[in-house]
Amino acid sequence: MTTRTRRGGKKSRLSNELELLRQMLLIRRFEERSSELYQIGKIRGFLHLYIGEEAVAVGAMQALTAEDAVVSTYREHGHALARGMSANCLMAELYGKANGCSHGRGGSMHFFDVTKRFYGGYAIVGGGLPIAVGLALADKMAGRQRVTACFFGDGAVAEGEFHESMNLAKLWGLPVLFICENNLYAMGTALSVTHSVTDIAFKGQAYGVPGQAVDGMDVVAVESATKLAAERIRKGGGPELLEMRTYRFRGHSLADPELYRSKEEVQRWMERDPIPAFEKRLRDTGQLTQAGRDEIEEDVKREVEAAVEFAEAGPWEAIEDLTRYVSSR
Amino acid sequence: MTLMTYREAIRSALRDALRSDPRVFLMGEDIGRYGGAFAVSHGLLEEFGPERIRDTPLMESTFLGAGIGAALNGMRPIVEIMTINFSMLAMDQVLNNAATLRYMSGGQVNIPLVVRMATGGGRQMAAQHSHSLEGWYAHIPGISVLTPATVADARGMLLAALEEPDPVFIMEHATLYRLEGEVDETSGACDIRKAAVRREGSHVSLIAYGACVWKALAAADRLAEKGIEAEVIDLRVLRPLDSETFLASVAKTRGAVIIEEAWRTGGFAAEVSAQIMENMFDVLDWPVQRVCGAEVPAPYAKHMEDASLPQVEDIVEAVETQLV
Repeated sequence: MTTRTRRGGKKSRLSNELELLRQMLLIRRFEERSSELYQIGKIRGFLHLYIGEEAVAVGAMQALTAEDAVVSTYREHGHALARGMSANCLMAELYGKANGCSHGRGGSMHFFDVTKRFYGGYAIVGGGLPIAVGLALADKMAGRQRVTACFFGDGAVAEGEFHESMNLAKLWGLPVLFICENNLYAMGTALSVTHSVTDIAFKGQAYGVPGQAVDGMDVVAVESATKLAAERIRKGGGPELLEMRTYRFRGHSLADPELYRSKEEVQRWMERDPIPAFEKRLRDTGQLTQAGRDEIEEDVKREVEAAVEFAEAGPWEAIEDLTRYVSSR
Repeated sequence: MTLMTYREAIRSALRDALRSDPRVFLMGEDIGRYGGAFAVSHGLLEEFGPERIRDTPLMESTFLGAGIGAALNGMRPIVEIMTINFSMLAMDQVLNNAATLRYMSGGQVNIPLVVRMATGGGRQMAAQHSHSLEGWYAHIPGISVLTPATVADARGMLLAALEEPDPVFIMEHATLYRLEGEVDETSGACDIRKAAVRREGSHVSLIAYGACVWKALAAADRLAEKGIEAEVIDLRVLRPLDSETFLASVAKTRGAVIIEEAWRTGGFAAEVSAQIMENMFDVLDWPVQRVCGAEVPAPYAKHMEDASLPQVEDIVEAVETQLV
């Protein structure tokens, strides 16, 4: 087994493959626990779960260095954990506590960690894309060999800012990796109902941006495609578009009655759950034993429970600080 | 001191900033090869090149958002939007990102972004180029809104904006670009916290910003002929608003007329009026008066446009109905 540094800074003794599994499991268990906490009112507001899509965040983050930047969406728990933000500060943010990553001002949809160059979750669909273009513009003007990875959903592809951002990034040769998480639904409206052309990867062609569709349920496929794209971008190849074909197993948010899709469709996709699929591959190739699996599961559960304790114990922000951070002065 | 136009004063500030700070760059529609829709950036492309004077496609939302991203990542962008009406296309980025990311991130980021745009009517540009929407911007916490009325402020405020850690929006009234004034070309940033008393008087306070300051001064001249001494307050900065200066003036004059081109309903004049009422209720000799734009989309024909905007006679009349 090789030793590698997890993005959180902690040393992991797991192989690359087992680390991918661990991260996917961490996201899954973190969100299952968040969902329970939402039901009992510990977490309020909107909670958009990423369950089913874990392979995308975990695979894609492998391609990024600590200097690269990430722009995310309101469905960002997976991105933040895979980027190495601690479960503690994220759970505390879900609770709205002062020790949350955004000091209780952002909540589920607005995680930030500038030390990890995680530039936030954007809840105006498409609104993060221009920000990513600007981050990349600054890197290019300063001569830094960095990539900005910009996550967004299939819904964002209908927004003008998607098209504008693709155009500007290509026009100026900016190092942006556009990662579309196509889970087939913009909230409750299917891709086929909202797009005249449903092949998202193909849309890059209109702007001269190379586009590629990737099996978003396969963490290895995601990792491999993202690494190759990021490498080309880092060498000055300009922006690229990856369409990750994935599916969310839960509703749009916990407020979603799911009237717009059939149980059979959800069931079909759940049979392609990225976590058991990857586990099977690891077992078949002798990389994972039952004992190893149990150990990872225990490790992840401990991390999530510790996060809940951290959030429970965290202080509330003082009301005297209500207007703190509106302005720098 | 050098005699120059408002437009040249802005250009001189842009040039100084581009020369002194390698992080500064300009971005906007037609600012380079065309020289700027109002010729503000004329000649800068030749001096600084296309890397720093960036002609953008027509995508207000995305190039403003790109300005935010670049500011988050170490640059000092100055974004130009042709007119405030066009800036509506970028309003999502203004409100949901520029004004919000610092707070929403718990203070982890700040956005040193300067955005300039032309505002206001009086040039027969009709209803999609002429409105005064700066009050909408001033409604938003997390940004500053500057309205330079003088040539000196056109230069000094831009340089001051570039020293701010958070987003600053500068609304330049389109009729002022040809205004001439004396400016010290070596002067640096000016104060952007205080309003200015442009003319002292003891009978009434005329409170305005941008081009309306000049109309208020003209009205003060007319009123003086009739023995009424008007004090003219140039608000200069709509957010954060310096209430102290206009309240002190009203404490002295015991009467106020607020002048702005924007529509009366929910306009910035309403905010100033409310603050006077809240703080000076017992001092006022007569109800606060507002001279505002008519509640119509800006019309094209000159006689109709004139009728839709505050005019010097309207200000004089507003004062006379109370004082004479």
